Amino acid sequence: MTKRGKGVLFVSMLLTLTIALGGCAGDKEAKDSNEIAQTQTAASTAGTENAGTQSVEPETDSVADSHITIGIPQDLDSLVPGLSQGAGTQEILFNIYEGLLKPDSEGNLVPAVASDYTMSEDGLTYTFTLRDGIKFHNGNPVTVADVKYSIEVCAGLNGGDPLISAFSNIESVETPDEQTIIITLKESSSSFLAVLATVEAAIVPADIDDLQNNPVGTGPYKFVSRSLQENVILERFDAYWGEPAHIQDITIKILADSDSIVMNLEGGAVDMVARVSTTQAAELGDDFEVLEGTMNLVQAVYLNNSVAPFDNELVRQALCYATNKQEILDFVSDGKGTPVGSSIFPAFGKYYIEELNDTYPTDIEKAKELLAQAGYADGFSFTMKVPSNYHQHVDTAQVVAEQLKQIGVTANIELIEWEAWLSDVYQGRDFEATLVGVDASTLTAGAMLSRFCSDAHNNFINYNNADYDTAYANALAAEAASDDDKATEYYKECETILADTAANIYIQDMCELVAIRKGYAGYEFYPLYIQDLSKLYITE
Amino acid sequence: MLMKCFGKTSVGKRKKYPPNFVIGAAITGVMLLLILMSFFYTPYDITKMDSASKLAAPSLLHLMGCDNFGRDIFSRVLKGMENTFVIALLTVMIGTVGGVMIGAFTGYFGGWLDEVLMRIIDVVFAFPSILLALVFVSIFGTGRYNVVAALGVAFIPSFARIVRGEFIKYREMDYVKSAQLAGVGRLRIIFVHILPNTFTVLMSSIMIGFNNAVLAEAGMSYLGIGVQPPDASLGSMLSESQTYLFSAPWYAVFPGLMIILLVLGFSLLADGMKAR
Repeated sequence: MTKRGKGVLFVSMLLTLTIALGGCAGDKEAKDSNEIAQTQTAASTAGTENAGTQSVEPETDSVADSHITIGIPQDLDSLVPGLSQGAGTQEILFNIYEGLLKPDSEGNLVPAVASDYTMSEDGLTYTFTLRDGIKFHNGNPVTVADVKYSIEVCAGLNGGDPLISAFSNIESVETPDEQTIIITLKESSSSFLAVLATVEAAIVPADIDDLQNNPVGTGPYKFVSRSLQENVILERFDAYWGEPAHIQDITIKILADSDSIVMNLEGGAVDMVARVSTTQAAELGDDFEVLEGTMNLVQAVYLNNSVAPFDNELVRQALCYATNKQEILDFVSDGKGTPVGSSIFPAFGKYYIEELNDTYPTDIEKAKELLAQAGYADGFSFTMKVPSNYHQHVDTAQVVAEQLKQIGVTANIELIEWEAWLSDVYQGRDFEATLVGVDASTLTAGAMLSRFCSDAHNNFINYNNADYDTAYANALAAEAASDDDKATEYYKECETILADTAANIYIQDMCELVAIRKGYAGYEFYPLYIQDLSKLYITE
Repeated sequence: MLMKCFGKTSVGKRKKYPPNFVIGAAITGVMLLLILMSFFYTPYDITKMDSASKLAAPSLLHLMGCDNFGRDIFSRVLKGMENTFVIALLTVMIGTVGGVMIGAFTGYFGGWLDEVLMRIIDVVFAFPSILLALVFVSIFGTGRYNVVAALGVAFIPSFARIVRGEFIKYREMDYVKSAQLAGVGRLRIIFVHILPNTFTVLMSSIMIGFNNAVLAEAGMSYLGIGVQPPDASLGSMLSESQTYLFSAPWYAVFPGLMIILLVLGFSLLADGMKAR
């Protein structure tokens, strides 16, 4: 080859490389799904008895070989419901597992594995009736023994620590007959049912030890297979007790590289991504519909309260004063999103205090003053760990870092993988600051607030405040006494303490933009961090 | 020999420079000037955000347009080039120094040391350098210096092999034999008598190594494990820009173009040197 030929070849190779690096996603799967969409046969199945409160009735109830590919930003951290941690894991497990109850799209608790329940007057005894004829994915009927086993494991009654801390309140689980489960509590708790409805408290078969490799639940979808860091494949469970899912096969593809989401959608490798950023949504062409809701989490710069200088309240307050939430929203999401001022997001209704949002109006001078008081007049620098797979968090971190510069504080962003975030930051608590969203598994205040008690196992920011502990204990006591107003008041006190002590730099409940390919529909927003795949259907 | 390779004209007749050498030198010269400039001056602060000019198209104000935060892409490209260049340079330095050490000793002495080291080198060589660097980074964490260390180590084997080959060739030569007989120390023979003679070969592999290092750094940063935001590198800019490929193509084009020019310049230069 001549020298010149070599040069030309080199240039063209580089050009190709530049473009190809971005466009690795093929369009093979797009073709597949299009074909499926065209050749769908309107096979109708029996059994939509409990249609419930559905707003849109899909034209085809269920399609024989329909398929959708959904992109999620991280692999599932565990397939065992009680051991799962990430919100991104639980929102998928929601489709495979069910508890005695489950939340519906309005946040109400509806019967699932139990068909009915009653509560004793003193709030200590709950009696559940097992749903008739309900089956596990492996075909075995669900028995009261399975229920007893599942609840006892989560409550730590078989030895070991309770997997769900709220379940340490369970005194006993009894099964007087083949249809009845009686759960007795040590103290009455108004949030018990909500916790029971989380995916962590799902009912699993007592005879399967290895749920991690052989996940079996009662949900509308059953687990087929999984490739680590690649995908999870689900299939409709036809013997589902309730309204069956519409789409037959679901591939959940892990898109750990957030920059590639648009490419994957446009290229046809993925049909739906539940959380895209506004800029990503703006890039999508006419093939997609973008639905808007809220993510139901609290995005914040979570500060490790036991590490200097964040152990100093003045420093934390200074950082809050230096942060401009509205500017963040403008940069990251074109102004969409709801600023929050404490660890409760608006979907919580009566627990949410909007005014806390104004605790720290942006005030650079005040921030500098506080820093000087704390002995950091010249500022300081810290490392902010951000999970690289969450585009919005990475963008937000860059804006926050820029804002903090104004008071001489340098935030060094360190992008880490989600798995590393879970093990190092969340469990290991080895961090100075981290920018993530923290969600709630139930709409009870405890789901957001219990983690800030100084001895909570999931208090990853090492928050330690005696007033807070007292207020939270009071709230629990009020709950036990079935005094809801009083409990709400104490929970609000907790929130206010978090805001006043600037436990974290609170930012926002992010707007959730769901990008879904035209031809698919039925995405329902929940007031919780949930993706209900069973409601999705094919329109054409 | 050394003189020749650096392009000094011999007494009397003037040699004509081959065209690819000239073009390569011109491109590289301009790039180096830009990089040098970026140490002292960029038109804008590279992290300065401006909501009014989000994804603005190239204009006189912003020569290469703006990114999704309204940051000036030209400034970020300059800084990105600097980062990429410095990382590539350090990588090649580690690779060269390590490679020369291992190559020189194994090549000169041979024997069991040669066998052992070369088998280790073979093992390292068997893995693609990016993969090796990825493993390194996942153990020691991300960040530019870890990337330098990771890539540097991954680059050692290729240099070691080249230098070893040269040493095996030269150690049998008469002038080396006579130096040995004259009682010259081994280290002196290695570094003073033989090493300078390997410079021609070493020089072109340094050039090629540099190109590979630029691409490897771009790849690592593209994967998000090199330079961390909000700092820029050409690779990380390419990665960030792919979301906006359709609405703001300039965001991807300019960093990509700079990678091409950087690599092309050095390739042509290396090519031209060989031809002379």
